[in-house]
Amino acid sequence: MKSQKVVLRFPHKLVDQPIVCRLVKDYNLDFNILKAYITPEEEGLLVLELIGKNEDFKKGIDYIKSMGVSVQPLSKDIKRNDKKCTHCGACVTICPSDALVLDPATRKVIFHEDKCIACELCIKACPPRAMEIHF
Amino acid sequence: MIRTYKEINEKIKKGQVVVATAEELIRLVDEKGVKKAAQEVDVVTTGTFGPMCSSGAYLNVGHSKPKIKLGGGRVCLNDVPAYTGFAAVDIFIGATALPDDDPRNKVYPGEFAYGGAHVIEELVAGKDVKLTAASYGTDCYPRKHLETLINIKDVNEAVLFNMRNAYQNYNCAVNVSDRVIYTYMGVLKPNFGNANYCSAGQLSPLLKDPLYKTIGIGTRIFLGGGEGYVAWNGTQHNPGVKRKDNGIPQAPAGTLAVIGDLKKMDPRWLVGASFLGYGCSLVVGIGIPIPILDEEICKSAAVKDEDIWTQIVDYSEGYPKGIPGSLGEVNYAQLKSGEIEIKGKKVPTSSHSSYVRAVEIANILKDQIKKGEFLLTEPVAPIPGPESGITFKPLKERPIEG
Repeated sequence: MKSQKVVLRFPHKLVDQPIVCRLVKDYNLDFNILKAYITPEEEGLLVLELIGKNEDFKKGIDYIKSMGVSVQPLSKDIKRNDKKCTHCGACVTICPSDALVLDPATRKVIFHEDKCIACELCIKACPPRAMEIHF
Repeated sequence: MIRTYKEINEKIKKGQVVVATAEELIRLVDEKGVKKAAQEVDVVTTGTFGPMCSSGAYLNVGHSKPKIKLGGGRVCLNDVPAYTGFAAVDIFIGATALPDDDPRNKVYPGEFAYGGAHVIEELVAGKDVKLTAASYGTDCYPRKHLETLINIKDVNEAVLFNMRNAYQNYNCAVNVSDRVIYTYMGVLKPNFGNANYCSAGQLSPLLKDPLYKTIGIGTRIFLGGGEGYVAWNGTQHNPGVKRKDNGIPQAPAGTLAVIGDLKKMDPRWLVGASFLGYGCSLVVGIGIPIPILDEEICKSAAVKDEDIWTQIVDYSEGYPKGIPGSLGEVNYAQLKSGEIEIKGKKVPTSSHSSYVRAVEIANILKDQIKKGEFLLTEPVAPIPGPESGITFKPLKERPIEG
């Protein structure tokens, strides 16, 4: 079994088509919607956690790519600028998924990219603005 | 008296001085007791790295040809207004100043992406900054407009002058209300969703010299990566608050006004910050050496997080309305554990002061002293202590008649 968080971008022409449901019906993948919206350019943005067998996972991703949807692993989206981070810790109670936590031994803030759900709450809550969105 | 400033400085010059950070002193006292530790250690270094809004810098930018009188005119640095009410070319840029066209909280909560603090950080980083000025013209200063790039290396003086820094203790902020609030203590989640604090605790300078026995006017300090001095007590200096038996105030108390050459500072230790829905602030790095002149000073400098207490304050109603009151008392060991208990509820904590960077400052200062690069100064005058009767007064509002 494999579980991965992915960012899907649907071009304007695909926004009105049923695509994700095929992942369930044809590829036996479970999904959990983490975020969904239409951008001002009328592109659809969907952040999903996909769960399924490795083989189904690959086929499912190939399918949505073939439909013209761009697929990117989620961890690439939110980055910490280590030059800017002062390890103050302001973010740790803001992060809802424990991706940003304080290491009690070193008192440094650790960023677990795999736990990040790209909710973006940390972006503006960080006083030196060290958390960045990379598209 | 175990030793004098003079003796300590002699040892520094000879490379024989024994320096410990406040963290190291805590361990040493645990191991060997106060008496022995006080005999062994000459100097203890402290550090803090947190947002300090009452900070700013003054510049003398030099005279243009023909000359312009910025004094009484209008000056912006990277579109952030600077104060000009001085002679011809002296200006002061404050950390919280905002560009005129910043939307503030019109789109709530405002982002405050760029302000005076960021200008100071860019100046220190050696970046060119845009100066725009308009003035009224005089016979001796005929010019009315000026637009130019300036750089810290070209101006005559650039001096950091912060009128309130290094707070001796600070509130632990919570939100009792049922909506998110945006404060200088960060984003506070409703119904005690989080508790934010802002002090280096056992490393914080004034908490390690609670009765201001060694930190006074003229004390040489680490400031913003360079060297500075304590100029005065800070504004809102409030030495009379309730203290524990160890002399440590249980609420925000003493403050320092500090000054130093901005040209010799480092942007790693002066960082522009944006507080969502609140405004801009400057994160300032300060480190102060404490000479171990006697056992009492050593004992205070070795106080641990668990013996430093502060008040839990509601920032949704109590603080904004100026209603005094505490929802409870916590110590810094509890705050740093990541969770405290308020009225039976477990509340996660976060800090706005970087402990990692405070440790780094204490170590830098320790190295400078050991290498003979940093000599200690004896204060030329003390800052007012609890006996002074000085208090932090609210504004007395009075109607304007006639």
